[in-house]
Amino acid sequence: MSSKSLPFAITLDPGTSLANETGSWRTEKPVYLDRLPPCNNACPAGENIQQWLFHAESGDYHTAWQKLMEDNPMPGVMGRVCYHPCEDACNRAQLDEAVGIHAVERFLGRQAWEQGWKPEFDAEPSGKRVLVVGAGPSGLSAAYHLTRLGHAVTIREAGPMAGGMMRFGIPKYRLPRDVLDYEIQRILDMGVTLELDTKVEDIEAAFTKEGFDAVFVAVGAHLAKRIDIPAHAAGKILDAISVLRDMETGAEPPQLGRRVIVYGGGNTAMDVARTAKRLGVEEAMIVYRRSRKEMPAHDFEATEAEEEGVMIHWLRTIKQIDETSFTVEKMAIDENGRPQPTGEFEEIEADTLVLALGQDVDTSFLERVPGVEIAKDGVVDVDTQMMTGRAGLFAGGDMVPSERTVTVAVGHGKKAARNIDAWLRGGAYEKPAKAEIAEFANLNTWYYDDAPKTVQPALDVVRRQSGFDEVLQGLTEENALFEARRCLSCGNCFECDNCYGICPDNAVEKLGPGNRFQFKYDYCKGCGMCAAECPCGAIKMVAEEI
Amino acid sequence: MSGSSPSEQTVKFYQTGTHTVGNRLLDDAKRTVQASMERANAITSGHRACQGCGEALGARYALDAAMRATEGQMVAVNATGCLEVFTTPYPETSWQIPWLHSLFGNAPAVATGVAAAFRVKGREDVRVVAQGGDGGTTDIGFGCLSGMFERNDDVLYVCYDNEAYMNTGVQRSSATPPAARTATTPAVGDAPGNVFGTGKNLPLIAMAHNIPYVATASVADLHDLEAKVTKAMSMRGARYVHVMVPCPLGWGSASNDTIKVARMAVESGLFPLFEAEHGAVTASNKIRRRVPVTEYLKLQKRFQHLFKPTEDTERIARLQAMADANIKRFDLLDGEDAS
Repeated sequence: MSSKSLPFAITLDPGTSLANETGSWRTEKPVYLDRLPPCNNACPAGENIQQWLFHAESGDYHTAWQKLMEDNPMPGVMGRVCYHPCEDACNRAQLDEAVGIHAVERFLGRQAWEQGWKPEFDAEPSGKRVLVVGAGPSGLSAAYHLTRLGHAVTIREAGPMAGGMMRFGIPKYRLPRDVLDYEIQRILDMGVTLELDTKVEDIEAAFTKEGFDAVFVAVGAHLAKRIDIPAHAAGKILDAISVLRDMETGAEPPQLGRRVIVYGGGNTAMDVARTAKRLGVEEAMIVYRRSRKEMPAHDFEATEAEEEGVMIHWLRTIKQIDETSFTVEKMAIDENGRPQPTGEFEEIEADTLVLALGQDVDTSFLERVPGVEIAKDGVVDVDTQMMTGRAGLFAGGDMVPSERTVTVAVGHGKKAARNIDAWLRGGAYEKPAKAEIAEFANLNTWYYDDAPKTVQPALDVVRRQSGFDEVLQGLTEENALFEARRCLSCGNCFECDNCYGICPDNAVEKLGPGNRFQFKYDYCKGCGMCAAECPCGAIKMVAEEI
Repeated sequence: MSGSSPSEQTVKFYQTGTHTVGNRLLDDAKRTVQASMERANAITSGHRACQGCGEALGARYALDAAMRATEGQMVAVNATGCLEVFTTPYPETSWQIPWLHSLFGNAPAVATGVAAAFRVKGREDVRVVAQGGDGGTTDIGFGCLSGMFERNDDVLYVCYDNEAYMNTGVQRSSATPPAARTATTPAVGDAPGNVFGTGKNLPLIAMAHNIPYVATASVADLHDLEAKVTKAMSMRGARYVHVMVPCPLGWGSASNDTIKVARMAVESGLFPLFEAEHGAVTASNKIRRRVPVTEYLKLQKRFQHLFKPTEDTERIARLQAMADANIKRFDLLDGEDAS
């Protein structure tokens, strides 16, 4: 610095302190990271929820939908029928209420329909052919993802329509069929071949005679479990799956009489009782051996059923049937959570009994396939790559050990597709390591405003008791945008500029929209204010090596 | 955020709130100056302030806002103090704006002179900001400051209040709060720390001069601070902004807690955010999530003796009473807005 070059009375050049690199003071340094948001971690379909919400927040619904479609081919279906474990995990629940992720997902599904959006993908054709057995959520998802990866897919479905349990297990009032049909057709439009009424009996022939390079079986679990109840004169006994299937395929609705007992405490039991109510039965009753606390059904299903007038008899088992008279025994929950008989009996009058006791898998067509192992409870054993003991034969959905939901099935389809793709290319799919979870404690919630969840308008109870119109309505654009913006963006920078603004040392460089920030380590003194004031936990302090 | 606050925003983002520095969803015009890639960075990197210095931050906030408000036509005059020392150890300076330092106590007078010189030269478009710490403002420069107010000279004076003489080793000033430990009010005896019933409230003294504008601000509320500086620069005459800037060294707080400490001061009511014009309070910021004063005190070692070895409930209650009195006096609670 030469004093001669400076104007009158100026002693020092501006900003000459840059010569003093204060980064040498530091013992800890901040680093940017992307933690795994709890919603993403909880999603059985592996959706990057935080990421698609990020795009929805700015009103860019098309990009949001494309991101969503990278993991899940059926947002409209998913936004309606998924039990949204993402929302159970949502950190916002600890602030006010969980973000209504399912409602935004459903809104995106609706937008895609109205705008006619198509999924964008650019894989080169691989020349490989894959057979998918079963057109349920798992099979459709696998077909979709395999197509995105460049493979030619044929789906064979034993039934007359595609959709599996989405069609034959979930009633219309939860999933309107036009939505289901549209999203299935969109998958087929990508070039997937669907062969209906085609039961696959010989898996080996698909490999050897037809030349498929890989086969994915996802035939679901359709065999209703039975139970022996002593009956002097049996009344009408049906099973839940048949009742729901007849609602779709039967020429006329199932005849249930005036009073119906549904036996079981799962979601299917709730669905059947609610369906019966809509068909006009006077009394729809559920008999379940345990209490509400232990029931496998989701609480909202029981609540909605009760709102619609379904009578639930908790802690009862059916001991004997005499035409229309049912003898039930009261149960009590012991200290192990198991129901125990009490010796007290009651009588209930009903015309029809519907058994909703769960389903088994029909594995008979796989028993001849060498190497395939059937587990003790009748499901098919697969390895971590979702492959059975027969090389190239993969399985997923309800027929493998797992929780039986549409979302898990869709997740299986994706996982299987990735593994099949890797196997066809002669390798093995390597699952990327999970980032650390963005816990509530990682957030600085001061920066978030209070904003309660937008309540989806629900259909009037009287109409729910008399028809099959959808119970929950969708969000308007305004509400969907509001809901998306309630996302806390846990663990992922959303460019709020806090780190850039609050650094006392100007040691954060802003890189412009979409490019986030970087630290100027020459000057960062390691005070940790950026990490403390980051709303979403996207900065972490790590020790310097000294 | 209070509906009456100058930082009121009409757009509400429930994800990010209106509390973050910037927001990608907000119009550029509605983001803070600090969110901008074009901010002046009045103080640049390489300065020698401690880790987590509230004053370095507060000064950049205030001066960058003033630079934007004056479109860069501005001179800053600095009293002696931390801010002057850590930014200008010869032969380096962190300043990237025209900046002038003379003595500890004469910054208001020097600023008055600079403003007069520009007036004489017909350059009244060039604005003057004077600044100092609480020592240079409430004690040493107080006479000059009162004169500047009384003459209504066209200067914005910004006081960065860290409640003691930090640069020289944490000695008590007339802005040091009761019970606080400093080098000259040690935590010993029956009533450890600074005594109750002393000190000055300079914002109120400034108001008593009937000057056009007086405001308090905090590094914990950037939107509010920038709005107040911008408003001050839209006016002529003597203006005063008093900014609370926590000092990790002198207060014994963690360096990463600087913003949090300042926030707790506001949320407890100990440091009320308000503005006044011509001697009358015109607006105050509502407390968003009220906390007891202990939430503020416990973050700082200078108040540690209030909690160890036993809790000094009587003197904590007196500090709480001060906060409660502020809440009442400045009307800091609002049922609807306190969300």
